[in-house]
Amino acid sequence: MTTSVRFGPDSPQAGAIRGLTEPSWVRAILIGTALLFLGLFLFVPLAVVFSSALAKGFGFYLTAIGEPAARAAIRLTLLTAFVSVLVNTAFGLAAAWALTRFKFRGKDLLLTLIDIPFTVSPVISGLIFVLLFGLQGLWGPWLSEHGLKVIFTPAAILLATLFVTFPFVARELIPLMQEQGSEEEEAALVLGASGWQIFWRVTVPNIKWGLLYGVILCNARAMGEFGAVSVVSGHIRGLTNTMPLHIEILYNEYQFEAAFAVASLLALLALVTLAAKSLIEIRTEKERVAPLESRTV
Amino acid sequence: MTLTDKILVRRKAGVLPGFGLSLGFTLAYLGLLVLIPLSALVWKTASLGWGDFLRTVTDPRVIASFRLSFGAAFVGALLNAFFGLIVAWVLVRYQFPGKRFVDALVDLPFALPTAVAGIALTAVYAPNGWIGKLLAPLGIQVAFTPLGVIVALTFIGLPFVVRTLQPVLESFDPELEKAAVSLGASRWETLGRVVLPSLLPAWITGFSLAFARALGEYGSVVFISGNLPLKTEIAPLLIMTKLEQYDYAGATSIAVVMLSVSFLLLFAINLFQTRVGRHRPIQQ
Repeated sequence: MTTSVRFGPDSPQAGAIRGLTEPSWVRAILIGTALLFLGLFLFVPLAVVFSSALAKGFGFYLTAIGEPAARAAIRLTLLTAFVSVLVNTAFGLAAAWALTRFKFRGKDLLLTLIDIPFTVSPVISGLIFVLLFGLQGLWGPWLSEHGLKVIFTPAAILLATLFVTFPFVARELIPLMQEQGSEEEEAALVLGASGWQIFWRVTVPNIKWGLLYGVILCNARAMGEFGAVSVVSGHIRGLTNTMPLHIEILYNEYQFEAAFAVASLLALLALVTLAAKSLIEIRTEKERVAPLESRTV
Repeated sequence: MTLTDKILVRRKAGVLPGFGLSLGFTLAYLGLLVLIPLSALVWKTASLGWGDFLRTVTDPRVIASFRLSFGAAFVGALLNAFFGLIVAWVLVRYQFPGKRFVDALVDLPFALPTAVAGIALTAVYAPNGWIGKLLAPLGIQVAFTPLGVIVALTFIGLPFVVRTLQPVLESFDPELEKAAVSLGASRWETLGRVVLPSLLPAWITGFSLAFARALGEYGSVVFISGNLPLKTEIAPLLIMTKLEQYDYAGATSIAVVMLSVSFLLLFAINLFQTRVGRHRPIQQ
């Protein structure tokens, strides 16, 4: 900083002298209030998950997450999340490519439509699939005539999860690819690269952190979705129960420790998600500062 | 013609390959997964008679659930607006041990599954829970009362205000504060007249996003609320109940009201932001 007045988080004392920050007692009260608020709403509930999960000992914990119904729920959750991430990543890449590399009419409308699942309440996200495939739904009678069932099967769980996680990857990639522009890809084209070569060797390396960010958020939501999945699942133990639904059943049966044991797995996933998110943020900040020469086409 | 010129010429035509494939896949997938299912809602709504619709949405139990959903979401968003400002301020302006960790944890409500949040908050705020135990002697019961619904909805909307305010505070020009001070303003005058007004658009946006998110929330609320009809039953739960009774028409009626309000709200936020001009909405 060139000016003699030092300011900002690096030098609160220097600032205080010149009336550019609050007195230290005000700072202490504000930090205290912020930590108290976050403590009451974030830290304490998070701590309770782990302490309740281990309340009956580690042996009980392992039994709770190892019993067949829990294992089936974990398996269904992993499978649903895997497929959702895969399909929605493919969609996100396609949508970002189409929207940021070409000009066409109706772009703004398309952008708005992609955001819709974010604005729809989880329960309503489930409801729309019941209205389509349920017994009194639009296609329900036709399906049951042909002996087909969607609602109360894993297929419905997958559909609902795909819907609620639909925008995550696209949402990360569109602004990123817009900002990067298409000069590097066009240069590759002029140099004779094919479409897929450009995509894999130029585009993907450039967007890898944003892509990973979107995938991580998409995965967290896919594994944790409750409302939408709850509407279409039918809660059939061992068949259409995901981890969050299994937690609900255990909780309603007053098996609190077992419920928290399964919940602690999802809480761990949330912590890993947050850690990965912070690491990516630190990395991309560094990359933005790093000289451009280090990036090769 | 130089290479740059060639690129510039070709760029206008849209040189890169894959337009048909990427747009085709985008539109097909969007149509199949989002637009067709949503049109089922429109189809079902259209097949409802006005009488049925009005009877459902003016039923005392439904009205009570709307009042609770809107009221608790509003109070939760207000709490987040107040404390979120303090949290954002502290995270941007002050140094304290563990700041990086605290900053990362602000996003917990985005990452923690709502069912886990629900049972955790219930365990904490139940009369025998860690915090509930401290409040019980004061005659305050949180879990299984409307207060519990507010707690859950505050949790769910917590990151929005903090995360919309943080970038604005970070990019706030320190010269403006220096100028105010050099013109003789006290610290409080500087904060009240220079800093806070420039935060206002982001603050309102964060509040609205937290409110919109809380309106539709289901998972974290159903555990802590106790779900007593007319007292602690939120609108999304009532949609669920109607569906379990195979009352598709009733469920759709409530859903249409909720969805219209969310769309209007987000439309208003977007309009407000284009008028104010700077901030993109953050979405979960």
